[in-house]
Amino acid sequence: MSRVPLPYTQKVLDLFRNPKNQGKMEDATVVAVAGNPACGDMITFYLKINEQQIIEKATFESYGCAANIATASIVTEMIKGLSLETAWKDVTWKKVTEEVGGLPSVKFHCGILAVGAVKRAIRKYFTDRGTIPDWIPKELTFEEKQAIEEEELAKTLSKRLKVAEEKQS
Amino acid sequence: MVCLVENVKELLKAHEGITHEVYLDNENSTMVPQEVVEAMLPYYSKKAYGNPTLTHKPGWEAFETIMGSFQKISRFMGAKILEEITFTPSETEANNLALMGACFANKAKGKKIVISEIEPVNIFSVAELLQKYGFSTTKVHVNTEGTIDLEKLKEAVDKETVLVSVQVVNNELGTIQPIKEAVAIVKDKNPDAIFHTDCSDAYGRIPVNVQDLKVDMATVSSYKILGPRGIGALYVREGVNVEKILEGQIGTQKLWPGIENTPLIVGFTKASELAFENFEANTNKMRTLRDKLVDGVFKELTDVKFNGARGDKRSPDNANISFLRAEGEALTIELSLKGIYVSSGSACSRRLLQPSHVLVAIGRKFSEAHGSILMKTTRYMTEEDIAYVLEVLPTAVNRIRGIVGQTGVD
Repeated sequence: MSRVPLPYTQKVLDLFRNPKNQGKMEDATVVAVAGNPACGDMITFYLKINEQQIIEKATFESYGCAANIATASIVTEMIKGLSLETAWKDVTWKKVTEEVGGLPSVKFHCGILAVGAVKRAIRKYFTDRGTIPDWIPKELTFEEKQAIEEEELAKTLSKRLKVAEEKQS
Repeated sequence: MVCLVENVKELLKAHEGITHEVYLDNENSTMVPQEVVEAMLPYYSKKAYGNPTLTHKPGWEAFETIMGSFQKISRFMGAKILEEITFTPSETEANNLALMGACFANKAKGKKIVISEIEPVNIFSVAELLQKYGFSTTKVHVNTEGTIDLEKLKEAVDKETVLVSVQVVNNELGTIQPIKEAVAIVKDKNPDAIFHTDCSDAYGRIPVNVQDLKVDMATVSSYKILGPRGIGALYVREGVNVEKILEGQIGTQKLWPGIENTPLIVGFTKASELAFENFEANTNKMRTLRDKLVDGVFKELTDVKFNGARGDKRSPDNANISFLRAEGEALTIELSLKGIYVSSGSACSRRLLQPSHVLVAIGRKFSEAHGSILMKTTRYMTEEDIAYVLEVLPTAVNRIRGIVGQTGVD
């Protein structure tokens, strides 16, 4: 059973209790998911992007702990009104962590996953349109890789579980 | 660290104004009833504060007190002589002593250990440590209720098996194991194999007697029966070869060095007396409250799964429920802010992202384990407490599910 008492900040607690921009967006321009329910850590971002490539609105759904909910919530506020380029360049997981007043080190991955999901959404927006701007590197960013790593971990764990089950039967 | 303490102060402030508190996390620590605290207090400063092995009045008082406790705990566990009981600083130390002490003392007979795949961490990790000393561990499969597969146990034990350890009641699931049958199977295949059971979660909840179970070693824990933390005991049947695992000055116990902690031993003994004094009434109350809680949850909410065995095959205090489409850590915080204190089998407080090994072993999907909440009732709880939980819990689950949306559905 989980038993590490996580000393969340007041800001994390506030966002957990009253998350901003929560819920599905029916008319989203782009939707991106990161994480896996098997890890207990998963975020969906819905972004409404206008013709000038400005994020007009962002909402989220989060299956995860208080830190996951709080970081997802703050990211939707941080990227609102930004151009895709600024959002890509300026919204780093460290800034997200700062914005929530800091996170326990075991929860850093929540902030990383949230930023990974945003970058995934932005990359998807351009990939879908067939023109990827110069400021998006070909190679995945650290946050995007982390999101994949968590998803791979979930797969590995599930596989290991299946192998163990087969051995037993 | 200072910063973390400041954060915690803020978190505590967020709990101001709570009018009703219900503590259900009796798996991880418990309150100590006033009568137990009062029984302990004189032993800090009024009497028996001496070292029980020394030749003066406070020492003799301590000796007399500790011997009285040995006798009582022996009786509650079913030990024949009081030398069969060793007080240890907790269940963790008792399990370390049982596994390491028995394996080291009997390594000439074999180097195989057999445990169930749902044993607690303080069995798992000791077995893992023993690998460094050349011992190997087989983990025996359990079914979807958490009951050990006796056929697989039979297959796992051979002439090289030095130790078998299976809990009487699993701490997370509450499932009661067929220990008598397991002992018979083990002894039939290898009469020399030592059978240990951690009965911390059975003691004071279901009838447990080491003579009846025919086990060689048994662990009990004080805090699991509302006694003080920091004290437990290991029963070792007379004639079973176990060596001590810590060095130091030997007092009244040959298997555990150091000066006996008289007040804690008194508290543990008092807590045991209170648990066994009205055993039927106490356990009936736990069961009634637990059943009300579980029935209420299932009435109020959909997409919930009950984890572990039911009815007579389950400890009367334990309720373990998975709330699908909700994450456990978020739920524990949401409930805490309303004065309800529970724990979860979610991986979310661990960077390893691995949920409870017990829930995974009974075939729960990871997402089901992440949404699990463990609650244990005690005789001190009331119908009003359960009613309050049932009033708050559905709203809490629904709010968390609202944030999840379709995201957590796999």
